[in-house]
Amino acid sequence: MAKGSRRASALRTDWRAGVLGALAIVLVVGPLVLDSYWIGLLTQIVILAILAMSLDILLGYTGLPSLGHAAFFGVAAYAVAVLSTTYRADFWTSVLAGVAMGTASAAAFGLIVAHVRDVYFLMITLALGMVLWGLSYRWIPVTGGDNGISGIPTLEAHAGLPVAGPLAFYYVTLLVCAGCAALMRTLVRSPFGLTLRGIRENEARMRSLGFNTWLHCYLSFVIAGAFASVAGVMWAYYNGFVSPTYLDLTASSELFLMVTLGGPATLVGPLLGAGAIVLLKNVMSAYTARWLLILGIVYIVAILAAPQGIWNLGGRRSAGPERT
Amino acid sequence: MKRVLIVVLTLAMAVAVLRAQAPTDPIRIGFIVPLSGPFAQNGRDILNGFLLLLDEVGYRAGGRQIQLIVEDDEAIPAQTLTKARKLVESDRVHLMAGTLLASSGYALAPYVDAQQIPMVFPVVSSDDLTQRRRSKWIVRTGWTSSQPNHAFGEYAYRTLGYRTVATIALDYAFGWESVGGFQRTFEAEGGRIVQKTWTPISVHDFAPYLAQIPRDVDAVYALFLGRAALQFMRQYAEYGLKGRVALIGSGTTTDEAVLISMGDEAIGTVTALQYSAALDTPDNRRFTTAFRRRYNKMASYYGESMYTGGKWVLAAIEAVGGRVEDRARLLEALRAAKPTGLPRGPVELDEYGNPIQNIYVRRVDRVNGELQNTVIATIPRVSQFWKFNPTEYLRLPLYSRRVVPAS
Repeated sequence: MAKGSRRASALRTDWRAGVLGALAIVLVVGPLVLDSYWIGLLTQIVILAILAMSLDILLGYTGLPSLGHAAFFGVAAYAVAVLSTTYRADFWTSVLAGVAMGTASAAAFGLIVAHVRDVYFLMITLALGMVLWGLSYRWIPVTGGDNGISGIPTLEAHAGLPVAGPLAFYYVTLLVCAGCAALMRTLVRSPFGLTLRGIRENEARMRSLGFNTWLHCYLSFVIAGAFASVAGVMWAYYNGFVSPTYLDLTASSELFLMVTLGGPATLVGPLLGAGAIVLLKNVMSAYTARWLLILGIVYIVAILAAPQGIWNLGGRRSAGPERT
Repeated sequence: MKRVLIVVLTLAMAVAVLRAQAPTDPIRIGFIVPLSGPFAQNGRDILNGFLLLLDEVGYRAGGRQIQLIVEDDEAIPAQTLTKARKLVESDRVHLMAGTLLASSGYALAPYVDAQQIPMVFPVVSSDDLTQRRRSKWIVRTGWTSSQPNHAFGEYAYRTLGYRTVATIALDYAFGWESVGGFQRTFEAEGGRIVQKTWTPISVHDFAPYLAQIPRDVDAVYALFLGRAALQFMRQYAEYGLKGRVALIGSGTTTDEAVLISMGDEAIGTVTALQYSAALDTPDNRRFTTAFRRRYNKMASYYGESMYTGGKWVLAAIEAVGGRVEDRARLLEALRAAKPTGLPRGPVELDEYGNPIQNIYVRRVDRVNGELQNTVIATIPRVSQFWKFNPTEYLRLPLYSRRVVPAS
């Protein structure tokens, strides 16, 4: 490797370290000085970041483009909603059942999709996502159909926390997000994660090396579903209601955009992507009715200028984080 | 140095004096409707109705300036909530109005109650928002889905003389509640709903559904809106049903917002709603003329809904003398307001926070080259409970796909 490019690589690392530091400061200290509306937006970003990171395991690291990932998020949210309102279940039952239900549906769907790749994977996940959306829409006695379910207790009250309010909820969410991010980071750097990357690069070779690629893809799908469920549980408590729009195609494709915009196979990228999209949507629409146009331009510019996503900006290959 | 100090002190005092005169701050009204996505046109109409009214009063009420803050919720409930949070927590609005979809309405209700912000719902018509799941801080100036249909069911039996009806409607809460309401009163009279067909909201082709409709019924009741209403009307004629089986339906099927895009195939359709742009009263003529002059199109129920809702808001602000900071009094004033000169005719709120108002039976005619909803009958003072006892009514389950089943 030439000396110059090594220096450039070091510079890029610095650039990323700087952004990471700034991001950490904003996420940890920011809410102390912001008003409750901005805390709400930050909460949304953090929850959606968990979800986007979980999709990154599939899309970025395993190379499986899922267009139905919001479905598991939705199943978990609905489980919390139904248990906490209709059955008046306690906090831990609701949370654990939410995560379990989301993971179980991912485990069931994984059996169907884990053997297909590329565009077929995209289409089957899209179809399965629509099945769950249809269920939320039409299973009226349980889901309330189009009207959804409202009246979910706040997380603070339900868990019996001594503190309440947007700030408390934000820090709980941030803790959950940090925990999930740490787990996912360990996962993608483990031998298992490296195998996933190998499958993404060349599945035939991995198979000839003796890896059970089906099982790896299946587990990747289930794990991604499990983290998506955690995000779903938080989302249900954040909004206090659930509706079929949580699982629909728009939700799944917006999620897809978060990952691709931020930079797949980075985990930090999806966090940036989630932040960028939530802020663009909410800040811009306050100023202009043409905000969708601006959002579209941003996507196009991002794809032209940073085809590998913001976090991979600067000519970095998409192979994922440096092995340290 | 001394001079600088004096200037600073003067400024500080000026600020303090301005702060003390809080009531001269503008009254901030938060307004949420979909302005992008598939419901953007409806949202725009609702907003236009409000803008028209605010212009008429010069953005002033109760001696204070009015500042309107408009937000787009894309017709996604979670987004409706996010925008409401922005309006309440960041913009510190004094009251809110708006939204279109039932799901958005249900999503907002717990938040509005928790924040204790008075809110006016001009359009959201889900029955339970003013029935089994009432919200203290929400005042509805629109209607419940079943409200016009209760009246219409009886009218269809007694006056139109129909005995058997088949229904075809969009498969969601608005459809179920409308069809349910029609069926309950129509069958109470002795009529029979022989078949109920539900189509997905995203329906593009009505051929498979129209083929199922029995040809030997007295009438077909249809509930659609927007693009689906246009498509349905066209295909109903193409399949030879027009002229053979009478077409009746929900007010939205021939609402002026879609009527302007329809052709002769719509003529003769009879529907019921609390408003028609062709309603021949001085108040409505004034409203429709002003609406047409400003937006160059026929007023629709959506435009009228927020014009009337806005009158409620203004009347309440006047009643509290502009002191909107006292939210509890503002809410009381909203519930007690009796604005007059409404395009749709006299309206009063019942104790559940839903209007008691005239229901108009309308027939599509072509007048001066333009389609309109000619009012052929007025059913006065219809409540959301129709002629039923409210307590007993509320014990019945909400209308859904299975309630009431087809006979």
